[in-house]
Amino acid sequence: MVHHHLDSTTILDTASGNLDEAVAVVVAVHLATCPECRQAVRTAEAVGGDLLETIETAEMSTGALDSLLKKLDAPADPAPAATMKPRRSTGAAGDIPQPLHRYIGVDTLDDIPWQWVAPGVERHALPLSSSTGSSLYMLRIAAGKAVPEHGHGGVELTQVLSGSYTDDLGRFGPGDVADLDEEVEHRPRVDAGEPCICLVATEAPTRFKGLASRLLQPVIGI
Amino acid sequence: MGSALQVTETPDGKGPDDRNDDHPALIARVAADRDRQAFVALFSHFGPRVKAMMIKGGADHALADDIAQDTMMTVWRKAALFAADRGSASTWIFTIARNARIDRLRRQASQPYEDIDNVELASDTPTAEDEVLAGQRAGRVTDALAGLPEEQRLIIELSFVHGISQSDIAARLSLPLGTVKSRTRLAYAKLRTELRDVT
Repeated sequence: MVHHHLDSTTILDTASGNLDEAVAVVVAVHLATCPECRQAVRTAEAVGGDLLETIETAEMSTGALDSLLKKLDAPADPAPAATMKPRRSTGAAGDIPQPLHRYIGVDTLDDIPWQWVAPGVERHALPLSSSTGSSLYMLRIAAGKAVPEHGHGGVELTQVLSGSYTDDLGRFGPGDVADLDEEVEHRPRVDAGEPCICLVATEAPTRFKGLASRLLQPVIGI
Repeated sequence: MGSALQVTETPDGKGPDDRNDDHPALIARVAADRDRQAFVALFSHFGPRVKAMMIKGGADHALADDIAQDTMMTVWRKAALFAADRGSASTWIFTIARNARIDRLRRQASQPYEDIDNVELASDTPTAEDEVLAGQRAGRVTDALAGLPEEQRLIIELSFVHGISQSDIAARLSLPLGTVKSRTRLAYAKLRTELRDVT
């Protein structure tokens, strides 16, 4: 059961296609197991549909239709309905949600090649197609680890995949997303019993205040 | 239901009055029969709209024309994937155009969005909210948008039509990001309430 959802500004940026790529991946992973947020995105997309319907039109070039009709004759890809078998995501711990799977070379969270960052903190960076100054990475943080507060700034999105942490906003377990506004202050601590594995997107390379960034600030030295 | 080739002028003589064409039916004909007449009707209606959207997103006319053609090509290829009970034709085509805008104008991967589409196809059955949205024909959402204060409506337009992110809107309007976000949240809450009210 998802308790912490995407902020409505993120929902709108998702529907309008204005997310940073790293954020888009985390959003896709959250949506993979959150029907409520998927509905919110669909409703927001309907706004886009209406705005498309009522936009002042721009005439297509004279050859456009003919050129397009010729392409329809070209040897077709196999019908999309036949070849698209969406992989159903169960979201269970140990599964890699489908939108994340293509960024990772392994099938389970246990097989991720973690790199030691600091005591109780491991990290695995994921490649992005464009270099925008944002980062996408996974974290595995030891049970019970508390993190002191640092400064604020930048956009940060944290999706919990396994385990949980608690801060002033509540408990964040598998399926929950921390979609943090810049002004929010909190002190995250991984709950006892098992490590917490998260997927994180950060936009600003400098200061942030979520679970992930606190851990990495002293390491990165920012 | 009019034939796809029937072209009547709007009262102001501005061109084909195809606002009442049954677009889901046209898409279904493309999906089932590879019906070119149906495709031409969809092209006539949506091509110029997608092109306008790309121009407002910063493309020049040639690039906008190209992206609009690509969008209609995707409509042809993926017609079988349109779910008429989950949203309107214009919403579906908007999402195709949006993904093209991400790929071609933002130069980013639209893959995460395609993954979301796949999740929906696999998981979701239409909700009551979906049925309201699918049933409306440029009416309900238009009314809801008209009910917003101008400062909120503008942000919605800049997001969807011009493809500008929250932080870029803040820069463009010389407003704090927090102010843009507050207005966006208010607009979204109002729109959602209006669109959920089925009575």
